[in-house]
Amino acid sequence: MTATLTIEGLKVAIGAANVLRGVSLEVQPGEVRGLVGESGAGKSMLGRAVLGLLPANASVTAGRIAFEGRDLLAMQEAERRNLLGRRIALIPQDPMTSLNPVKRIGGQIGNLLRHHLGLSKRAALMRATDLLNEVAIREPKRVLSLYPHEISGGMRQRVLIAMAFACDPALVIADEPTTALDVTVQRQVLQLVERLRLRHGSAVLFVTHDLGVVAKICRSMTVLHAGRVLEEGETANVLVRPRHAYTRALLAATPRADRPAEALRPVPPDLTDQLWSEAHRLDQVPAAGAA
Amino acid sequence: MADIAIAALAAPPSRLLAGLRRSGPRLWIGAVLVALLMLAAIFAPVFAPHDPLEQDLMSAQLPPAWMTGGDHTYLLGTDSLGRCVLSRLIYSARTAVMVALIAATLAALIGVALGLFAGSFGGWVDQSISRLIDVWMAFPPVLLSIVLAAVIGAGLTSVIAAIVVVDWTRFARVIRAETMVQLTRDYAAAAQVIGLSRARLLRLEILPNLVPLLVTLLAVEMGIAILVEVILSFVGISVAGDTPTWGSMIAEGRQIVYQAPWIMALPIVCIITSVIGLNLFGDGLRLALDPVQRS
Repeated sequence: MTATLTIEGLKVAIGAANVLRGVSLEVQPGEVRGLVGESGAGKSMLGRAVLGLLPANASVTAGRIAFEGRDLLAMQEAERRNLLGRRIALIPQDPMTSLNPVKRIGGQIGNLLRHHLGLSKRAALMRATDLLNEVAIREPKRVLSLYPHEISGGMRQRVLIAMAFACDPALVIADEPTTALDVTVQRQVLQLVERLRLRHGSAVLFVTHDLGVVAKICRSMTVLHAGRVLEEGETANVLVRPRHAYTRALLAATPRADRPAEALRPVPPDLTDQLWSEAHRLDQVPAAGAA
Repeated sequence: MADIAIAALAAPPSRLLAGLRRSGPRLWIGAVLVALLMLAAIFAPVFAPHDPLEQDLMSAQLPPAWMTGGDHTYLLGTDSLGRCVLSRLIYSARTAVMVALIAATLAALIGVALGLFAGSFGGWVDQSISRLIDVWMAFPPVLLSIVLAAVIGAGLTSVIAAIVVVDWTRFARVIRAETMVQLTRDYAAAAQVIGLSRARLLRLEILPNLVPLLVTLLAVEMGIAILVEVILSFVGISVAGDTPTWGSMIAEGRQIVYQAPWIMALPIVCIITSVIGLNLFGDGLRLALDPVQRS
């Protein structure tokens, strides 16, 4: 079976600085993979690279990104656009700003459906109503006629989730979808993602810095630091028997209800320093990866 | 919690109406002034008591009707050739409105197209368009229009052409900057991620966000167009000599300003009210049109 997403030795640089230093990772059909790491680890950059949303001054210097066996980087622009939103979807980080402020919810969902599924305006609105029902928004018809600023952040995130799953994508990239929400809404959003991915049969690449979230919904996980994969495997294995010192340190730094707060330890600076200098040493020998 | 949610959902029956109410007296005063201007222009033959060209040398330089020596058939008096000032003011509105509408629209079309281009492509496209705008704006605009009008010859078309050629930069600059700002917003990235092409992204997502800005710019530009037309007709390179315009009325009135000050004062009043009206209208409309400011 072809993997939904295959990333091999991906290197991304912004100007002279390396952001990703040879990342490899696979997402199987229907799999939920957590991508964890501290800020600056390059986890969002990885998602952006897959979506072709890298900032203008960033470039892929090596590696391959394949979606269902087809090389995304080598693909024609039009062909890639045809995949985006239909086969590969994004749940963005900040629901407050990710909807167009001057367009009604209905118009925004409708656009997507008409663009990819070729529905008529009427059919698109009908389908949009169903989608909002699916993400448990009450009075979907009325919400469709509202502007983004007229609904709450949690509702906006649900609208964005509905849009992400609208065309039954094979892969959904969730870029810290719960970070901008308060804790009570976070749980609902996670449940929603879980339910929708089961219903639509999508694989999810869940980018987050929250190990608790990973433990809850991801079957497998990848730990990223300084643009390198430090550890990966089944979530249960990684969390119970972390092999890498950094993963252990991350776990020790995660607050847990069953342990006293004193047990919390920050990731030791020595360890991160060591990892960063390792990463920089890697930059010194660019040919090493190719050889 | 549920009650709050429902209350928050209870949107006003008509957002547009609410928006119109919120934009307050600015919009209403502006709308009334603009409506007066438009009505005067469209129905000039109906409103004007006299033919604006008809001369009555026996009653030249009559003061307005309420002043001593005024004649009630000439409500705002007559000029040095005995032509009805009121009728000439009304007919002048035609030229002003025509120039304002056509010139501002054309300048907006060119400016918006180039601004969107520069703002969305970036790189050398942006560089060349931006430099072109810089160079263009270095010319003194009125001088440029006068030279243009002199070269293409007098007439309505050349006035409009002169305004468009000079003022597209105003739109291009602002639209370019705003396009860039909008493109960095998350919603633009989200739209790219649903696979919209650049053209569709600009048309469906970015352009609607530019509308409030564009409305203000258009209204301001119409005011400016009226002023430029006045300047050009004041120096006598606008429409044909016998067509009444506010600028030519000022020019004629200037020579006899000590004997008959109203001949010069009245067109000035018309110009000021029109420009203020357009600016207020544009400002009010922007508030009413912006859904985010609306609530």
